[in-house]
Formats: sequence, structure tokens, C-alpha cells
Amino acid sequence: MTILVGYIPTPQGEAALAAATAEARAHGDRVLVVNMSRDDKLVDAHRAEGRDLTRLDADLAESGVEHEVRRVEHGTDPADAILSIIDAEAPRMLVIGIRHRSPVGKLLLGSTAQRLLLDASCPVLAVKAG
Amino acid sequence: MDNLNHLIDGFGHVMTPLNLLFAFIGVIVGTAVGVLPGIGPAMTVALLLPITFSLDTTQALIMFAGIFYGGMYGGSTTSILLNTPGESSSVVTALEGNKMAKVGRAAQALATAAIGSFVAGTIATVLLVLVMPQVVAFAIDLGSPEYFAIIMLAFVGASMVLGSSRLRGFAALLVGLSIGIIGIDKVTGQQRMTFGIPQLADGIDIVVVAVGLFAVGEALWVAAHLRRKAAGVIPVGQPWMGRDDWKRSWKPWLRGTALGFPFGAIPAGGAEVPTFLSYVAERKLTKHPEQFGHGAIEGVAGPEAANNASAAGTLVPLLAIGLPTNATAAIILTFLQGRGLEPGPLLIEKQPVLVWTLVASLFVGNTLLLALNLPLAPLWAKLLQIPRPYLYAGILFFATMGAWAVNGQAFDLYLLLGIGLVGFAIRRFGLPVLPFIIGVILAPIAELHLRRSLQLSHGDVSGLFGGPVAWACYGIIALAILWPLIAKAVRAVRGGKGGPGSGLMAEIREEATV
Repeated sequence: MTILVGYIPTPQGEAALAAATAEARAHGDRVLVVNMSRDDKLVDAHRAEGRDLTRLDADLAESGVEHEVRRVEHGTDPADAILSIIDAEAPRMLVIGIRHRSPVGKLLLGSTAQRLLLDASCPVLAVKAG
Repeated sequence: MDNLNHLIDGFGHVMTPLNLLFAFIGVIVGTAVGVLPGIGPAMTVALLLPITFSLDTTQALIMFAGIFYGGMYGGSTTSILLNTPGESSSVVTALEGNKMAKVGRAAQALATAAIGSFVAGTIATVLLVLVMPQVVAFAIDLGSPEYFAIIMLAFVGASMVLGSSRLRGFAALLVGLSIGIIGIDKVTGQQRMTFGIPQLADGIDIVVVAVGLFAVGEALWVAAHLRRKAAGVIPVGQPWMGRDDWKRSWKPWLRGTALGFPFGAIPAGGAEVPTFLSYVAERKLTKHPEQFGHGAIEGVAGPEAANNASAAGTLVPLLAIGLPTNATAAIILTFLQGRGLEPGPLLIEKQPVLVWTLVASLFVGNTLLLALNLPLAPLWAKLLQIPRPYLYAGILFFATMGAWAVNGQAFDLYLLLGIGLVGFAIRRFGLPVLPFIIGVILAPIAELHLRRSLQLSHGDVSGLFGGPVAWACYGIIALAILWPLIAKAVRAVRGGKGGPGSGLMAEIREEATV
């Protein structure tokens, strides 16, 4: 089975990746890492640079897990992007990193994590940064 | 000495809390719109025009000047970090600036841009103080024929220097002129191009034209085109320079200032030409030619100084003759006209407090900009993370409000949309915006002077050629228009080599887009 990870270059993203790798090794799963950058912004802080993805790829290869690193560069909503991948790949589990958000912040900008927790058709493992 | 006293008085007027506040708002807004590509000082000033109806003239002008200067600072940030110029005047900065950022010297590039802008802006504003009264003294004797000639020169200059082809430049100019003459003929009372629509009899309000062209046109263009992959965050760090960077920067700053100021003052398209020239000059004069193309600091320092110096230069013809040489100046001119002020040689005599307070505010604004830009550059870069739909929804909202505020009639909203579509078409077909807006704004003034000269000479065309100023202007126009033929002839004689002067710009522009 596949474990899907929503990866962003932050401590939360790294924690999610670590948790997914551990889970995959324990059960012999394949890891699918997805990084999404929005195409309606000039600069997206959640975009993983090419060297990030290369490093990630190397790390996963070293840990001996079957894996794929995928980058989504179109669309405006990371939650939509991940939900459509869940539909296509039917993973066993989705792993995401979460962090504290203020109520006002969520009101203004919405919460990707909340949408994924509520709308994903597979179990979701939510991880906090170390 | 008299000027100096006036200027000191001007400082006295600027140093009130309210005026300082407007200078502060101006430079903050200016930097922000400078950082954001596609949104420039011209659009911002156009959007703010209706809001300033209730403001004091001096305060509004101080704010506009701050936006104008601020835009020149902000544009470099985007050029350096993203390789996408925030403003047209920062196109060249991207050449070396982005290479510097790629090798981890973004902080130095931002620092030399900000400090260079400050140095150039200050020197050029001093030059403005020295030169403007001379130009006023010269312009005060000019009659209508000379004015008409100068405006024609501005038309030709704006249409020919920039843009991908002269034909496109003149096409944009003619569309602008056509919009500019809509309404009742002031001399005969006939209606022109109103198509029987009563709302058009007063002409189209420039606010509607400017907002439609810059805001709605740009929003449509972005909606249609600019969907592109986002870039990752570039670590900036605190902008500062080492001793070696200072040593390599100060000469380009001064040379950039020397190039920028006069080019800003002549009607040749504002800041773009001097930044190109400054880049070429630095590439020739540098002691590190091997670094050009790989992040040479001179290539950032020179053009950035040039664009700020040209901003100050732009104000010389605007305040002394009433002649705008770039889009932002054109809209500031509209603002002055809307206030019942006649920008021209009489302005400084009738409104000395206004003019000198404005000039003093430039010094203050420049200093504020340095203080804002040097330590806060990483913060400004964060603006680039705003999703475009948020930005353009806000812009369209302000545009619609502004167009409505002019007369409170729905007809203006249809016009706004119509002109927005024209603005979109202009961008789509690669027509330059500057001749268009200058045509709209100067058409009534040009016509006034044309009719007046012809009345003076009883309809004799020779009345248009009164005086050496007019001769010189028409001479330059003729030379400029015939230049391709002359260049062709020269090339034929020389046998192939040596293209026209614009070939160089095209070459650099090609480099810039690669």
C-alpha cells in the first residue's frame, strides 16, 4: 500500500516525512511525497526547491523505502491537490504536519490541514513538529 | 540664493506631523507597488486620484512624490530576487542583480541598490533645485507655437524611443490623442466624437482613462496570462556591503546619476533609457569585466542610481513647463489640472509654497526610503507571497470606486470597462502605454496651443514656426523620424556594419529576456 505525505520545507513538513518513513518501514509500504506550490503567487514559501527534493529523494533511498517524489505546480489550493491525489492513488494513509493557528488566521486564510482532516477519504496521521 | 531660502522654507512646511505622515504613507505605498510586478506608481497614483479629492493639494502631492520615488526603490527588490522586474525601470537591474542573488550575494545587491538610489535621489533633487528655476526663466518667454513644438517633441519622443516598434508607438499615441479630443471643441462649440451621447460632451475624465488603462487593463491581462510556477523563497539576510563593494559601487552611483537626471528631464521615455545606458557604461568601464553576466555589483549600482536620478529629472519639465515625460508624471499633471493649477512656468511664481514644499518633501522621502528599504528588504520581499487574486480584486474594487466617484454616474463604469479592454488590447498587441496616456492627457493642451498659434497668425501655418525653440524641436523631430533612412544610407555607405542607435537597446533587451 501507499502512504501519502504532504511535504513542505518547514519543521512540520519534515516531521510528517519522518513519521511517514517510519510507518512505511514498519509495514513495508511505499511512500509518495507530494509538494505543492501555488501558481497564483510569485513566491510560495511552501515550495520545496529542487535541491530539497533531491535531498529528500536521497534520504528515502538510503532508508530503503520504496518511494516517489512528486511536485504539483498548478492550482491554487494544496488541499485540493492532495485530495485529488488521494482519489487517484487510494493510499492507505495520509501524513501531514500541523501547527497552531490563531482563530483569526484560520478565518482569513483557511486551513489546509483542517480541510484534509475532514475531507480525506483515507485515515490521516497529523504530526506536530518536534 | 533665493531658491535656497525658498527651499528652507519648504523644509519648514514639510516638517509638520501631518505632512510627514503623508510623505511616510507615500513612500510605504510606493515601495510596496514598486516591489509588486505589474503594479506601478502610475497605476497607484491613478487609483488614488479620486481618494485625494478631499485632501489638501500639497499633502496629496507630497504623497504622490513619495509613491513615485518609492516605486523606483521597490522595483529593484523584485528584479534582484526574482529576475522579474518590479518596474520597467528595473529591467536592467535584473541582469546582474539576480545573478548576484543566485550566488548568495542578494544582500549586497539590495544594499547597493538602496544606497545608490538614496545617493542618486539626493544629488538629483539638489540638481532639480538648481536647474528648475533656470528652466522656468527660459520657459516663461515661450509662446504657444513653442509650446506646441515642445509637446510635439514629447509625443514623438515618447512614441519612438521605447516599445518594440515605432509603428506601435505612434499607433498608441493616435489612440490616446483620439480619446483626448472627445468632447466639445472649445473654440467653435462643436461636439466631436461624442456619437450623440450627452455624457461624452464634457470629454472622458482622465481618472477614468488612467484607472481603466492601468488598473483594469492590467487586471485583465494578468487574468488572461500570468499563471506561472511560483518561485521558492530566496533567503535575503540583512542588506549590507563590504568595503570592496563600497569601493566598486560609488563611481557607478555617480555615473548613473549623471546619466539619469538629464534623461529624466527630456521626453524620451523616463527611466528606461538611462538605466540601459548606465549598464552599458559600467560594462565598458569596469575593472572586473569577467564578472559581468555573473553578478557584477557595478551592474546593479549604476542602473539603480540612474532610475532614481531620472525620477527627479522628470519633475523638472513637469513643474517648470507642465510637460510629463513618463506615465506617473502625466497623472500627477492631471491631478494638478484638476486642482485648477496650471503646471508651467507660472506655477512656481503663483504657488511657491506648494512647489518648494514638494521639493523639500523629496529630500525627506528619500531619507525615509533608505531607512525603510535597507533594514526591511526581507519584509518587502514577503509581499511577493500575496496571491494574485487578492491583489487584483482589491485593485478592481478601487478602480470601480474611483471611476464612480468622479461623477457618480453609471456611464463612467461602462467607459471604465471599455477603456480597460483597450488597455488589455494594448498590452496584447505590444503597444507601449506611455504614448497612449501622454496622448490622452496632452491632447487638449496641444490643441489649445495649436489653435492659439494659428489664431495669432490668422491661420497661416508659418505661425507654428515662430522662434528658435520651435525650429530646434521640429529639427529634432525630423531627424528622429528620418533616422531609419539616414541610418540605412550610412550603413549602405559603410557597407553593412554599424546599426542604428536603437540596435544596442534591442540587444540588451534581448539579453534581459533570456
